[in-house]
Amino acid sequence: MSYDINQTITRISEIIINELKLEDVTPQTFNPDLDLIDEVGVDSMDLATVALVLRDEYGIRIDEDDYPKLTSVRIIAQYIINKLTEKE
Amino acid sequence: MKTVSSLLDEHWYERYKNISRLNIRSSIYDVTNRCNLRCKGCFFFSSGEHMVAAEENDVGKWHDFVTKEMDRGVNLAILIGGEPTLCLDRVEAFYKKLPTFCATNGLIKVPRDRFPDMMVGISLWGDAEDETILRGKDTFRISSANYKGDPHAYYLYTITPKQLGKTEKIIQKIKDVGLKVHMQLLSNDEDVDGFSWQADELVAVRAEMDSMLDRYPETVISSKYYHEVITTGEMLGRSFGWMECPSVTEPLDKRNPRPKRLISFIRWSSELQTMHRCCTSETRDCSTCKDGAAHMSWVMVNKRAHIRTTKDLQNWIEVYEMFAKLYQFIPW
Repeated sequence: MSYDINQTITRISEIIINELKLEDVTPQTFNPDLDLIDEVGVDSMDLATVALVLRDEYGIRIDEDDYPKLTSVRIIAQYIINKLTEKE
Repeated sequence: MKTVSSLLDEHWYERYKNISRLNIRSSIYDVTNRCNLRCKGCFFFSSGEHMVAAEENDVGKWHDFVTKEMDRGVNLAILIGGEPTLCLDRVEAFYKKLPTFCATNGLIKVPRDRFPDMMVGISLWGDAEDETILRGKDTFRISSANYKGDPHAYYLYTITPKQLGKTEKIIQKIKDVGLKVHMQLLSNDEDVDGFSWQADELVAVRAEMDSMLDRYPETVISSKYYHEVITTGEMLGRSFGWMECPSVTEPLDKRNPRPKRLISFIRWSSELQTMHRCCTSETRDCSTCKDGAAHMSWVMVNKRAHIRTTKDLQNWIEVYEMFAKLYQFIPW
């Protein structure tokens, strides 16, 4: 099965905006290449919160050791797609 | 959406990036139930925490315990008491494996051949008169001789209301022995007469702390925002208290809604199985708690709340830098 990266990006953006209560941004306007740590100010507790929602949404587990690598929405989307592909 | 770089110039953005990925995960460990002082106002003894559990005396179990803590993700061990230097083998179990901070009253010198770069925080409760009233002796005379010029030691100066107008003398003494100092406020857990903070005294001590930072920037490790938060108990319009405190032992944290908090934080007793509720006394009224580490952590875990204005974010950076310096994640 193939996964649409753009759809995944939009859904992850939506989750991040909702979970972190980000203001003045929509899933459509969220820059998927924006550095979540250096620019949005996401910390490890934020990532843990988002990871729980992504686990429920996609049925995959995000290892805590992988958090430092997940620096943008696009990278998270690709990470999820890779995990889903591995599961098949 | 406000981003970090939209609020900061290049200089401040570099400072932000130097700390933004540190991902510090600390926990606090009672090394022993014993101390070589009995200070009035010491939460450990006043709230009976020294009697909660027996000490683990098998050093091998301490080594095994530290390994498990590392597996749990802890990357900073904060050792408190009783008096940790009474049990240096236990201290060494942490130091050999983890970045370690050791709080001490400074009466026993940490041997630097065994612990060459362990950060040591020496408690000080005021001038000789206050120290004698509260701690039974003037510890500075001994601790300053033990640690004079030590680059891995600083004073944790607990300011009391009686110290108003007298802090400069203390800061100067610390400067003269070649050490640095971080200031915090006494939480008068044993209601010693005259040592509880009044509103006007908190205003005055904030001004005095600010003045000391301005006048002794090479000696005082602090930030004016930290002074504001700890003296007012307010941050971004929110009040410090149980529902905001970040330094609650995670497995015991049943708060709902759960506030922003320190991930994986636990305060362990020296029996290595029993957990204390938080970084300080369980009997303390959280709304009047003046614990310095809890207040700076409160700021630190609320990073995104500070991505609001340039000044707010700069304040956050300064507090995080202060913490990172005190625990040797960045240089002085």
